[in-house]
Amino acid sequence: MNLAVREGLLSFRRAPTLSALSVTTIAFSLFAFGLFGLVALNLRQALDQVGDRVEIRGFIAEGTAPEATSVALEDIQQFPEVAGVTLVTQAQALERARRELGEFEDVFEPGLLPASIEVRLREGARSPEAVKAVATRLAAYDFIDDIRYGEEWVAKLYRLRTIATAVGLALGLTFALVSMIIIGSTIRMAVLARAKEIQIMRLVGATDGFIRAPFLIEGFVKGVLGGLVALALTGATFLAIGRFVIQASFFGPLLALTGLAAGGALGVLASAVAVGRHLREVR
Amino acid sequence: MIRFTRVAKTYASGVPAIEDVTFHLTRGEFAFLTGPSGAGKSTVLKLSYVEERPSSGEVRLLGQSSVLLTPRKVPTLRRRLGIVFQDFRLLPDRTAAENVAFALEVTGASAATIAPKVLRVLDKVGLQAKADARPHELSGGEQQRVAIARALVNDPLLILADEPTGNLDERSTRGVFELLQQINAGGTTVLMATHDMQLVRSSGLRTLEMQRGRLVFDSGAGRAGTPAAVTEDVG
Repeated sequence: MNLAVREGLLSFRRAPTLSALSVTTIAFSLFAFGLFGLVALNLRQALDQVGDRVEIRGFIAEGTAPEATSVALEDIQQFPEVAGVTLVTQAQALERARRELGEFEDVFEPGLLPASIEVRLREGARSPEAVKAVATRLAAYDFIDDIRYGEEWVAKLYRLRTIATAVGLALGLTFALVSMIIIGSTIRMAVLARAKEIQIMRLVGATDGFIRAPFLIEGFVKGVLGGLVALALTGATFLAIGRFVIQASFFGPLLALTGLAAGGALGVLASAVAVGRHLREVR
Repeated sequence: MIRFTRVAKTYASGVPAIEDVTFHLTRGEFAFLTGPSGAGKSTVLKLSYVEERPSSGEVRLLGQSSVLLTPRKVPTLRRRLGIVFQDFRLLPDRTAAENVAFALEVTGASAATIAPKVLRVLDKVGLQAKADARPHELSGGEQQRVAIARALVNDPLLILADEPTGNLDERSTRGVFELLQQINAGGTTVLMATHDMQLVRSSGLRTLEMQRGRLVFDSGAGRAGTPAAVTEDVG
């Protein structure tokens, strides 16, 4: 195995131009993938943030006993879809309105705004159907006068999320596939450049596994190096965008590490395919 | 050591390369395989080192039959062979010693055992002083000696040489041939393809002659095991 590692690494010294070319190609295809990932990540976060604001508001009829509402609050908190329930008293509603709409301060008189129950929903329970179901249950309480949850808005948001997820998946898969084809081709070039060596290895009795090992290591190293370069490029682009266009989020360390590991795995996989194909072709 | 029994080989193009070839080489023999280009010499050698498989008939090599030999066993079998080519097939970016060591490395030999073995075989082929030279720094004859050293380093039972002197001048040819004879004297069987008829005639060694894919003459036929003199020129 030692020898395989040595041979795998030596290939960079033996064919520096081709190696640099492979790393660059891998880096750029992963860079494209990374940029796409960044867009997808931010889009998702934006949609999640908007999604966090999906809430149902039930207005409480005047004169309702506080005990009735507090029992209902505990009840509602137990709904599986519910992330949190808050009671907004008349006084709080007034204060909020005054704060948010300062210029109309004098319009708001005590007792003008009704108390309400605000229900926030868990992630995964924000589909139009789920929202409607909770709203219906909420409406069943006697003391609830009126329910509001922006039905149309929830439906739109949900549709947007579905489309974004589908497009994201399709584009992501396409990018990954294209990256793999490009990486596979570059590694195949490296394999072909060493066809003579492979032939000699076979003639002196090397097993296919022995021949394959250095190429897999080479592919892994190239993949990780390409991943590092891609990460740096993505980071630089991110900084530039953050400075001149819009503040966005970058990959967390775990996602960045996963990206590097994926680069390595892609390198190994592409190498395995390229060497395997070559070994079959030369018999 | 090596036995061909009614061997035929037809490549994918449909043209038969060899047909009905039968011969037997015993341990310690030295035989020439001669014939014009395209006669099938290289095919016989490729079948011998299992680069190709016979279309029909059987090749028995070091006790293994081509009929039963699985691809997994081929590498182990090749480690007991030494193969030498006209174009040397050395790795240009490695020194003579590294080229020889390569053949040991693929067998998984430890670094400690490799170095002394490499020096020993380089000494045997007279190139110890040039161990650190790369192929392009060596003459054709010297490169072929490196290739022979590589073939020898695993102590092979059989050396298969495909026109090993084809690219060499007369002096180097002589040297390489003498080296192969020395190796043969140590008990290693040698099968050498060549079209250098002068070399063949002057050596007095067993000769197998191929013509259009068939074995048309075997100076050792029926006397397998004893080196035979070439008594006539079958052309």
